[in-house]
Amino acid sequence: MSALDRATALELYRVMRTIRQFEARAVQLFGENKIWGTIHSYAGQEGVAVGVCAHLRDDDWITSTHRGHGHCIAKGADVGRMFAELLGRETGYCRGRGGSMHIADTSKGNLGANGIVGGGIPIATGAALTATYTGSDRVAVSFFGDGGANQGTLHESMNLAAIWKLPVLFVCENNQYAETNPVKDAFAVEDISLRAAGYGMPGVRVNGQDVRETYRVAADAVARARSGLGPTFIVAETYRYEGHYYGDPQVYRTKDEIEDWRAKRDPLVIARTWLTTDRLASEADLARVDREVDAEIEKGVAFAEAGEPASPIRLPEDVYAG
Amino acid sequence: MSVQPAVRAEGEKPATREMFYAEALGDALRLEMRRDPNVLVFGEDIAQHGGAFGVTKGLLDEFGPKRIRNTPISEIGIVGAAVGAALTGLRPVVELMYVDFAGLAMDQVVNQAAQNRFMFGGQARVPMVLRTQGGSGRGNAAQHSKSLEAWFAHVAGLKLVMPATPADAKGLLASAIRDDNPVIFLEHKLLYRTKGDVPVGEHLLPLGTADVKRQGRDLTIVTWSREVVFALEAADNLAAEGIEAEVLDLRTLVPLDKETILASIRKTHRALVVHEAIKRAGYGAEIVSLIVEEAFDRAAKELAS
Repeated sequence: MSALDRATALELYRVMRTIRQFEARAVQLFGENKIWGTIHSYAGQEGVAVGVCAHLRDDDWITSTHRGHGHCIAKGADVGRMFAELLGRETGYCRGRGGSMHIADTSKGNLGANGIVGGGIPIATGAALTATYTGSDRVAVSFFGDGGANQGTLHESMNLAAIWKLPVLFVCENNQYAETNPVKDAFAVEDISLRAAGYGMPGVRVNGQDVRETYRVAADAVARARSGLGPTFIVAETYRYEGHYYGDPQVYRTKDEIEDWRAKRDPLVIARTWLTTDRLASEADLARVDREVDAEIEKGVAFAEAGEPASPIRLPEDVYAG
Repeated sequence: MSVQPAVRAEGEKPATREMFYAEALGDALRLEMRRDPNVLVFGEDIAQHGGAFGVTKGLLDEFGPKRIRNTPISEIGIVGAAVGAALTGLRPVVELMYVDFAGLAMDQVVNQAAQNRFMFGGQARVPMVLRTQGGSGRGNAAQHSKSLEAWFAHVAGLKLVMPATPADAKGLLASAIRDDNPVIFLEHKLLYRTKGDVPVGEHLLPLGTADVKRQGRDLTIVTWSREVVFALEAADNLAAEGIEAEVLDLRTLVPLDKETILASIRKTHRALVVHEAIKRAGYGAEIVSLIVEEAFDRAAKELAS
């Protein structure tokens, strides 16, 4: 792997930091009863979305999950419009109609978070069909969790993508729990990436907490897809810090386990360490990025809170295209 | 929707050719694929084999394997790929061999295709057609004979078409392909080998327009799909007894042409709703509900006067 240049390395850190701060602020807003419905925090998993999306252009596509804020930010979304969506404002990405679980940004190729586990997988496959059909070198990435990996949609889509050589990355974020169910109770194999062999595509297992690793693996997979060689299955081992949803009592895991991941395998801490050790950034550089991110987040919240509440739904035009 | 019937001079009849219903559907696919390079067809056994009912026969030869694609037996994979392709600029037409298999694909139909536009605040459109067929009468037993139109009619965001004649099949399929919404196009397995005159060349019928298949003053029979054939037979029998039944073919269940139904019932003051599906919570109940809500008082008053 060629070494990351300074600008790219710092950018990876900046986007991860933006996701972390976005989630922290979203939890706060939820606590203040400003968010309707529910939110699912991506904190802890930043290294996956950021390492993969760093290789995508605005005209590439992703499909995301109910835990989708990280993918959305990594694909270039504006945090102000995201907060506005969480707050049910007309200025949100979906005019306040979608909320946390359905943010889409088609201008940046984000075909949507998804409230159905595994629901986005065949949609990304279809987007990859468009790429092939139109003769472009665009690619599609489907993010899903260890929970989504046990849906039939993954089986059908991986097979279809392999036989049609579609430019799609199936990125499984194994955050160790499908809602409350631990992976050891949901898989008979320890390495989920072994499944790829059964479909005739490469399968790669990667440490999702080190953005250098996800960046390296995704570089190969995206290049492979762009050059017409077909799909790749990536399993990123990661961890979510918050419960499945805000307020989850988390009876299925211990505080020690969470603290262990936070202390030893935090993607931001890992990034800060190699950035400074490899002299790609100084502590002062990182502090500056942190300040800039904080300012961007606060500006985003202010934009969201200033937005008008979602307008009343109009029928049939809000449901049917004219 | 901005579909307009082809303009022609008043009184001028379009050239027609007698075709099977299956052939008319294939004709619509062929013409739309020639017209729009973004239209592609995929599904099980639709390429060399031409589909389980022969609708896509010959299309592989003309359009090649890029646009006419066989798929594995993967219903949710097929429909989901169509949703993704439609969201990103293509106009896929997918075939599910039997409507009874739709259960395997229903999440992509109900939670994805139908809801993307609303859920994403209007950013997305999903111009896809899901063709399948239903109905009983061929001895295919319970898992290959159902009439499931009520499932789809209940889902906001879908359109639902059920043509009864070859000409309607062609004109409605062409319009469904040009529509910017997900359209469920539900054919009937025992109509594929029925024949009728079909306009040659471009033929578009707007979605949401019912068709009076027979005029009458005494009774309105509201029906769709294959039951239209039986309703016309029944109307002939009734005519022999001096009763003139009007046969109204809905053609499109969503959107529903309420005005044509209500206008007919205001004329005849009697309605009979005929469909092939299970009666409980069937689409027929929706028609009866419409009549009670919007025509009953007036009809009752007029009957009383």
